[in-house]
Amino acid sequence: MVFRHKHIIALRDLNKEEIELLLSTAESMREINGRDIKKVPTLRGKTIINLFYESSTRTRTSFEIAGKRLSADTVNIAPSNSSATKGETLADTALNLLAMKPDIIVMRHAVSGSHYFLANKVNCSIINAGDGAHEHPSQGLLDMLTIKDKFGRLDGLKVAIVGDITHSRVARSDIQGLTKMGSQIFVAGPPTMVPPGVEKLGNVVACGTMKEAIQDADVIIMLRIQQERQGKTLMPNTREYSRYFGLNPVNLKLAKPDALVMHPGPINRGVEMSSYVVDGPQSHILKQVENGVAVRMAMLYHVCGGGSVE
Amino acid sequence: MSQVETLILDQPGINRALTRIAHEILERNKGTDNLVLVGIRTGGDHLARLLRDKIQEIEGKSLPLGIVDVTMYRDDLDSRGPRPVGMTDIAFSLTGEKVILVDEVLFTGRTIRAALDALMDFGRPRNIQLAVLIDRGHRELPIRADYVGRNLPTARDEKILVTFDAAHLPIEVRLVKP
Repeated sequence: MVFRHKHIIALRDLNKEEIELLLSTAESMREINGRDIKKVPTLRGKTIINLFYESSTRTRTSFEIAGKRLSADTVNIAPSNSSATKGETLADTALNLLAMKPDIIVMRHAVSGSHYFLANKVNCSIINAGDGAHEHPSQGLLDMLTIKDKFGRLDGLKVAIVGDITHSRVARSDIQGLTKMGSQIFVAGPPTMVPPGVEKLGNVVACGTMKEAIQDADVIIMLRIQQERQGKTLMPNTREYSRYFGLNPVNLKLAKPDALVMHPGPINRGVEMSSYVVDGPQSHILKQVENGVAVRMAMLYHVCGGGSVE
Repeated sequence: MSQVETLILDQPGINRALTRIAHEILERNKGTDNLVLVGIRTGGDHLARLLRDKIQEIEGKSLPLGIVDVTMYRDDLDSRGPRPVGMTDIAFSLTGEKVILVDEVLFTGRTIRAALDALMDFGRPRNIQLAVLIDRGHRELPIRADYVGRNLPTARDEKILVTFDAAHLPIEVRLVKP
């Protein structure tokens, strides 16, 4: 099994075998992260640019650590100190960065599909660290790895995704990936936050209430209410949201007793999840973060030097 | 494709070679003190397990056994591309230990070079000794084996296949001419 993609932009572009390869590679990478000397020379001499047009702590740090553990040189560019604030276009920024000969550009951008645009302009690999409301493939992969750790498989599981489905790139990547791996996904959220036709994205059932979605679920993925993205027009207030779509110790009992609770972070405590659940025994949120580094190492490794047929 | 295959070692042959290597290891190291085994995935790890069992039969002591995957330490990522990465499992420190590194076939020496680098990330061993089932020549690096099952002169384009059964026991060693 050889990974044949030069870029990783969306889980939609990958097949089941390729996702399995990335996950099994990530499992091996995790062993490296547990060593005293957490570094292997694999990507020695490669340059990785982390180009983040949107703020991020977790994902950017995770990609940076992943690159460093593989001995690549990583450079971070944040919007506040980049030329974008001076009016440079994405294409011009990319061509300028390209002149410095990076091997991989890891980018986060507010515009959905901007990575496909970029991939046509450059000859290095592009990894999507989140584009608008499209996809966030590394988050999808680390979610799948966390679920696989717990259940040993991904097929035949009932996975609930609750929250703002419309604006969530995490939800899209989870739906694309988990559908390919054979899980069934139940989504729930306020009607203003669930896109019409969400069933067409994959093996998805749209539920009218949160109760329907999490009833007997094996996994519950709670999404962040992205107040910076949609303003305050999609729900009356956070207290009402929390009443109907928040996860608390009471409604958590509807799920299977050993159900896994996940959240892509950062958490709005008391809004989408109560602190009892965040800090409770079923919460695997920090495990997700840990797996994030391993998954990103696997992504960087597999796009590097590959046969690049795409 | 017309391929000619020659049987080099059968199961009893492999068994005898490993038994001899086990004795040689014990003789040269004067027993099992500070001795650990590390097999190179995949193939070497199965042979390392057999060596551990044989040493236990002889000395009554079970040596620590590790597995190393050298994929992340290879020097041919750019020319051959990424390959599936296996799990490295060395659950003990190598500092001060005498490490017997086990592989099935010694060829260019590049795998061993990668394995040596990998082992150094697990501590500072007192020494590293190399045990291989087959030494087929064509070294590209200054590396030699301390324990050899069979020296086998080969042509560069020939292949050596070591096959294992479902229980990871070696079945035979074959030479395949192209």
